[in-house]
Amino acid sequence: MNSTELRTMVTVAEARARARRADDLVREAADRAGLIDVAIGVVDSPLGELFVAVTRKGVACVGFDDQDRAALEDRFADGLSPRVVMSSRATDDVRKQLDEYFGGARRDFDLAVDHRLMSPFVRKVMAETAKVPYGEVSTYGRLATRLRHPEAARAVGAALGSNPIPIVLPCHRIIGASGKLVGYAGGLQRKEFLLRLEGDPTLFPG
Amino acid sequence: MGIPAPPPFERFLDAQGPTVMRFLVAAVGPEHADDAYQETFLSALRAYPRVRDDGRLDRWILRIASRTAIDHHRARARRPEPRAAVPDRPLVEQEPSDGAVLAAVAALPPKQRAAVALRHLLDRPYPEIAEILGCSEEAARANVRAGLTTLRERVS
Repeated sequence: MNSTELRTMVTVAEARARARRADDLVREAADRAGLIDVAIGVVDSPLGELFVAVTRKGVACVGFDDQDRAALEDRFADGLSPRVVMSSRATDDVRKQLDEYFGGARRDFDLAVDHRLMSPFVRKVMAETAKVPYGEVSTYGRLATRLRHPEAARAVGAALGSNPIPIVLPCHRIIGASGKLVGYAGGLQRKEFLLRLEGDPTLFPG
Repeated sequence: MGIPAPPPFERFLDAQGPTVMRFLVAAVGPEHADDAYQETFLSALRAYPRVRDDGRLDRWILRIASRTAIDHHRARARRPEPRAAVPDRPLVEQEPSDGAVLAAVAALPPKQRAAVALRHLLDRPYPEIAEILGCSEEAARANVRAGLTTLRERVS
């Protein structure tokens, strides 16, 4: 008997493979025990894989696949709770509603929202943004005016760009006064795709 | 700022899972390792919001795993049937010698078993083993030594 023999009783590779299988048992048990504060999951979409986070308060984040996932998880741990755990069950409602939206079967999301990853100003901007209905658009300037800061179109743009819950909170429906799409955190192509999906309202700005 | 909060739990699970599993396969046996793994990380998750990342989270989780392993043996000792589940034949169908080692390790007293796994499977230094097992460094050495002596007698 020597330590080499002891080391081969369970190799690193065996233990790793076994741990990865058992991780799902941990996640399921954590969910049953109510120990998940931030449930994370992925949703396939025409815009690529979306990374979603759901808390007891509601959906807190929808991330695009070119965002740094580790950085997002750090934000959840800092701003919400370090109990960040994958759960397909807890993210299923968001998944289903996003599927319906992309399939054209849903116009409005029936989801509670967790606003904790937003600053007070961003919350205000998003509350105003949420009033723009499916199939319509508004402009940065109009939004600023409604917020009683008509000079703050740029700040409104920055707030929209920091929206942690795109698609669900429809910052894509806010465009430039000239009709140009201007900007989108997920890239202009995605903004264009979403507006087309909703019937290309930029052709008939409201 | 003080001591930072722990990383997102998924990252912690990803980083520590393989080591914890390797320890548990030796400390409770392959047939109970998955249950003990689940129990270990669930205990960790319960305490997680209060935990600070002082750079010793790897020892923290092994301490929970050790406690889980030792409690597991105590609970089994209290029940009448557990003998049947602690086989004296090889536990894994690989190299016969591996199975023999694992079976011999399985026959050790729980604390010696954990100590031997920490020292000779995970290569932890004695001060860390003492920290993980909540005993003195001398006691950690004594547990490893006693365990190895028994193993040498059983596996020739």
